[in-house]
Amino acid sequence: MQVTLWGTRGSLATPGPEMARYGGNTSCVGVIGREGTMLVLDAGTGIRRLGATIPESVRRVHILLTHLHMDHIQGLGFFAPLYRPGVEVHVWGPGSSTLGLEARLMRYLSPPLFPVNLSELPCKLVFHQVPAGVGEIGEFRVSSALVCHPGPTVGYRIAEAGGGVLTYLPDHEPALGCLRFPSLPRGWTSGAELAAGADLLIHDGQYSAAEYPSHWGWGHSSLKQTLEFGTMTEVKQLVPFHHDPGHTDEDLDRLMAQALEEAKPGYRVTPGLEGTVLEV
Amino acid sequence: MPSAKPIQLILARQLASCLAMPILIVDTEGRLIFYNEPAEAILNQRFEETGEIAADTWSTLFALADEERKPIAQEDRPTMMALSERRPFSRTVWMQCGHRDWKHTSITAFPLIGEGGQFLGAQMVFWEV
Repeated sequence: MQVTLWGTRGSLATPGPEMARYGGNTSCVGVIGREGTMLVLDAGTGIRRLGATIPESVRRVHILLTHLHMDHIQGLGFFAPLYRPGVEVHVWGPGSSTLGLEARLMRYLSPPLFPVNLSELPCKLVFHQVPAGVGEIGEFRVSSALVCHPGPTVGYRIAEAGGGVLTYLPDHEPALGCLRFPSLPRGWTSGAELAAGADLLIHDGQYSAAEYPSHWGWGHSSLKQTLEFGTMTEVKQLVPFHHDPGHTDEDLDRLMAQALEEAKPGYRVTPGLEGTVLEV
Repeated sequence: MPSAKPIQLILARQLASCLAMPILIVDTEGRLIFYNEPAEAILNQRFEETGEIAADTWSTLFALADEERKPIAQEDRPTMMALSERRPFSRTVWMQCGHRDWKHTSITAFPLIGEGGQFLGAQMVFWEV
């Protein structure tokens, strides 16, 4: 599968020359399988550019939302295939204990927050609630599970038939409440089963180790914890993702270098730069 | 490796690890999947050493009697009631672990139910009265 990072910023879109390399668009990752199945992981502001690259000939797209915080859905209304009659857009994401996925999304995609109602879109929208065990989407086998982040939030494990495994955990705080992290076995660690042995793990690494203690419970990880999680789950490659909006390119280079120097991970680490294309 | 636990059980364990009240967590089959440090004093053993304990084993680690000191059957214990009826149960009992003194204890057990009604197990809290 081919994996493209269209938005790697966390929390808030952050354009600006000092952010140009890592990028200012919020979470969005495009995945194209060997047989052409197209997955879009989250609908942050990065989805607008992704949508513009999808040819008119594509008749079906799957959008897999991890959760419905604004930085993960803000671009949805600007995704070009939504405005193409005859295109099927399948939206996968978590409902809550009282509202289904469609009703939750309508809170944003309706006036006064957005001028167009979901029901007015010309494409064919199909909603799928997760987590829902393991399912097939084209040539992909997709599993989802609730993970540690405020509100209903899932992570995804995407395995291509005869190919690699991608795990996507953009907003994740597996260390929450742990007296020491990592100290518990995988079975007791949020998201670990999804990530176990993955060829590529895209994981939240929003904070520096110094910043994390003042952000406990916000649902994100420090770079140090992200690297430790990668070691624990024995991934082959890690992309730290969901960069804090206050971190410039210079900050991120420095924090990444420090974290790598301290952790010395035994696997490959590729900083999450917007526009990066990876083969899994 | 033990099976992966649902996030609700992971968070329940993390919360229990940070509390000073004795707490036990069981899965849907009644298997004791975690007990915190204050509960270790009641069970007279350490979770780090025992790991998970089968239902028919851990329930014999202490005796429970009602206010009149009559033994409480396994199926009438709060945890078993919370598991079988999937609703909270609370009662005050006399409790004895090993050959130690009987203690007057309040036990509250409640089921853990996730979104969509997913039944995950139960949690039990002890409170000496």
